[in-house]
Amino acid sequence: MKPFSHLMKAISEGKFVYTGELEPHRSLDLSEVESWARTLKEAGILAANVTDNPRSDSAISSLVASYLIQRNTGLETIYQLRTADRNRLALLSDVLGAAALGLKNILALTGDHTRTGTTPSSKPVFDLDSTGLIALIHRMVHEGKDLDGNEIKGPRPEINVGGAANPNMDPLEIEVLKLERKAEAGAEFFQTQVVFDVEVARRFLREIEHLKVPTLIGIFPPRSYGQAEFFDKYVPGVRVPRPFMEAFARFKEIGDKQKRSEKINEYNVEYFSSFIREVKREKACAGIHIMAVGYPEVIRPLMESVK
Amino acid sequence: MIITKEKPLQEILGFLKPYKKVLVVGCDGCVQPPRSLRESERMASLIELARSSSGQPIQISATTVSRQCCAEGLQNQLNVEGYEALLSMACGVGVQVLNSVFPSIPTFPAQNTVFLGYEVKREGEMFENCRACGECMLGETGGICPVTRCAKGLMNGPCGGCVEGKCEVPAEIRNWKGEVVQTLKNDCAWYLIYQRLKELNRLDLFRKLRLPKNWGIAGYPRRM
Ligand code: SF4
Ligand code: SF4
Repeated sequence: MKPFSHLMKAISEGKFVYTGELEPHRSLDLSEVESWARTLKEAGILAANVTDNPRSDSAISSLVASYLIQRNTGLETIYQLRTADRNRLALLSDVLGAAALGLKNILALTGDHTRTGTTPSSKPVFDLDSTGLIALIHRMVHEGKDLDGNEIKGPRPEINVGGAANPNMDPLEIEVLKLERKAEAGAEFFQTQVVFDVEVARRFLREIEHLKVPTLIGIFPPRSYGQAEFFDKYVPGVRVPRPFMEAFARFKEIGDKQKRSEKINEYNVEYFSSFIREVKREKACAGIHIMAVGYPEVIRPLMESVK
Repeated sequence: MIITKEKPLQEILGFLKPYKKVLVVGCDGCVQPPRSLRESERMASLIELARSSSGQPIQISATTVSRQCCAEGLQNQLNVEGYEALLSMACGVGVQVLNSVFPSIPTFPAQNTVFLGYEVKREGEMFENCRACGECMLGETGGICPVTRCAKGLMNGPCGGCVEGKCEVPAEIRNWKGEVVQTLKNDCAWYLIYQRLKELNRLDLFRKLRLPKNWGIAGYPRRM
């Protein structure tokens, strides 16, 4: 592995890293996500993912958004790229474009099926899957070629490619075998789906230790009881521990809004800082991916508490 | 009508490597050129010769059925007792039906299914399970086609949308006006592939990294 990005350099120096997540919408206006990016940067987040048509809801190009956010805020971006909407020619074009614009990280994703999103009438692509995209980028960066052997003229792109992982997959064996494929294809880092239960994270990290791929565990401090319940009930495979749900049920009863959010913030900071301290001990754990989209108040105190 | 092309012998020998008692199953149905008893016997003798000359003898016989795309017919016509694996001379549909009718042993494809014709007459519900991609991968996927049965046609699934074995994309049953009248959960093809290969003790095949498919050979309209 050759580290090109700040993120991968920090990881290869043995630092424990934090990444965040930014979600541009179907709009030209990036001011909101940029202000978010500044909050993340000030709190000590090293890099942030920029989503690509999340949940198959079309949004501004994640390539352009990744570039503008990085340029305007100074926060390094992790350009998310999904194969649902582009064939192998278009993917190669975008990877070269990203490299030309100075982007250094790509998270290769398959993406949700277009039929599950806001434009179900669309013809989905899926020419490659996430593993195939990892293989394509790896070959472009390390051999200066595409998957058909066509050469890239001039310098090779300098990009570190990562993949997504799901510690909640049941049986976990499926996920481990999938990640073995992704590692073989050239994945240099993994970022995981949301995990609440420290035991789930720990078990997963031990199962993939042999891959020696630095892994960032995904967390999502919820802002309300409703959000916590949403994860518990509706997000595939995610289980929120009972004491956590009970605490949030108690907070729900607090009438005063200000007091309620103070309590919630406090609980989140306490819960997730101890979660982080626990998973940090695992060899495979290189950092934490904080997906608290729309909840900036929690990032700074959480980051301070784990310093 | 279904057009197939024989796979290279090396690929077939690779599938059959771990097995010592194999039955080649022909099909008297619509597959063209014919892949019936005579062709199955020829295939069996080629394999027998190749295996004995490499010092790994194999017991191999040949038979045929009227149609491999009818599960009921296969149950009545075929006795697979004592065999460790089947080699199907039929199209991708037949390979998958054999795999589902005789789940305790694997059925491997001897053909690349190049394209499918259609029949006008229909009896009951039909399931799509082969898109005639021209480069059959059923030999690596436990006889379950991800090209057709995975909603995204993934090579390295299952994707994150697989929950409790079901696909994130539901099956929508439409009436003649095209309106959705019923929404059902579809099985995740890759979850089925995992389960089947685990049962067959072949997770090595599941683990295999599969590079993107060559869609150049499936470009339409095709001719033979
Ligand atoms: S891989 Fe699937 S689509 Fe291709 S020939 Fe085999 S069964 Fe048909
Ligand atoms: S859930 Fe399974 S069948 Fe559905 S798209 Fe994902 S891998 Fe394919």
